Amino acid sequence: MTIDEQGSESESIGYDLHVNGQTYPVEATLDRNLLGVLRTEIGLTGTKEGCDDCECGACMVLLDGQPVNSCSYLAAQAQGRQITTIEGLGNADQLHPLQECLLAHGGVQCGFCTPGMIISAHALLERNSSPSRDEVGIGLSGNLCRCTGYAKIIDAVLDSASNGSVEPTP
Amino acid sequence: MTERPNPLLIANTIDEALDAVSRGSTPIAGGTDLVVGARQGNKRLPASLVAIDRVEELQSIGLDSDGSLSIGSGVTHATLMSSTVVVTNYTALADAAALIGSPATRNVGTIGGNVMNGSPAMDTGAPLAVFDAMIQLSTVAGNRQITTSELWVAPGQTSAEPDELCTAIIIAPQPDRSGSAYVRLEYRRSMEIAVVGAAAVVTLGLDGTIAGCRIALTAVAPTIVLVDGLESLIGQAIGEATLATVADLASSQAAPISDLRASEQYRSHSVGVMAKRAVLAAARRATGESISVPVNRSIGVGSDGQRQWEAGAS
Repeated sequence: MTIDEQGSESESIGYDLHVNGQTYPVEATLDRNLLGVLRTEIGLTGTKEGCDDCECGACMVLLDGQPVNSCSYLAAQAQGRQITTIEGLGNADQLHPLQECLLAHGGVQCGFCTPGMIISAHALLERNSSPSRDEVGIGLSGNLCRCTGYAKIIDAVLDSASNGSVEPTP
Repeated sequence: MTERPNPLLIANTIDEALDAVSRGSTPIAGGTDLVVGARQGNKRLPASLVAIDRVEELQSIGLDSDGSLSIGSGVTHATLMSSTVVVTNYTALADAAALIGSPATRNVGTIGGNVMNGSPAMDTGAPLAVFDAMIQLSTVAGNRQITTSELWVAPGQTSAEPDELCTAIIIAPQPDRSGSAYVRLEYRRSMEIAVVGAAAVVTLGLDGTIAGCRIALTAVAPTIVLVDGLESLIGQAIGEATLATVADLASSQAAPISDLRASEQYRSHSVGVMAKRAVLAAARRATGESISVPVNRSIGVGSDGQRQWEAGAS
């Protein structure tokens, strides 16, 4: 039980979350966001906290296949839905094709935005398997990157979609 | 000791949702306003919520028997911007939905949430105002419908009663030879809030002159406002003089604030420019010309394309 700023009691509620094909029982207060529960209760830290204000997209996860800013989504509201985090798409032993392409194109520098970028790109490619450059731009428009200037990330997504015919941006 | 209300009920039907709202629960759909506001400390998260995002009855777009468009309050911006009937007949609403937030915001954010949040900077507000949309508010006892100007009373404040849930937005059919558009001034293309914006619906007569025109303005007053005095445009051809009148009327009726996004003077001036562009795009759509959604992207506000396009009208 926690005491919030105005002194009233908020009780924990219990529910299950389905993350990357596994079920996790959660006990948390209603105000906990999905990002925090994923990272601190479940221990999946691939999803990042950037702005915590629904601006940067570092916290992007898939909810029933659709990208959602997990910093601004109540964890309890995600019960009964399928949540996919970056850990559910690829790992160090078996990289997701988008991860391979980002490495090949130099689309990763500090790497903080990368999980969110991959989640948004994955959602885009699921509904549009051969997007134009503009469509990739729109698909990634909720994700900020302060290192790469985006061109190499977009190259990587186009490459992943087309299987290797994209000329790298110099 | 009184019983604690359920902190979160996940409703599956309208009746379940209305029952929870009647007991004091606050409805939540995508949470893009409610949760963000609570995390920023603007407003505490209510102690009891009812999630309405799984109520399928609220998620459809359909035509009523009289030809009116009925949009469930749970329809997301992503659905609105790609709905054929909205894009074809109520294009300004699609223009607006396509500009909201990012794909993630549009996937979970709903038109009902946008309407009931009552922000004067909301993108779907000006299109709904020019279409004379009726907002359906429901309780366990029944429904009532009110206009947008009756609903929005102050920034972030509506006239809805605490036990009322917005269940639908209803828009009457538009006259033949009508077109509409929503244009906004923005500093970036994503996760943006309108600096100012304008929606217009224009109906052309058989001779191509203006037979009807409604304009509403975004982010220049405590609520979305409709522009008065547009009767003087009836019978006029679309051209430089008409558009100058539109800009003057819009700018002179704006009563904006200065904040970190723009000064009062800049907002007053630029809302006239937006109104002019919205009227021009609406008039072109009224002739049957296809301008893809959203106008902000297909024309490119401030670009060479925009200037050539405006030059073509005069």
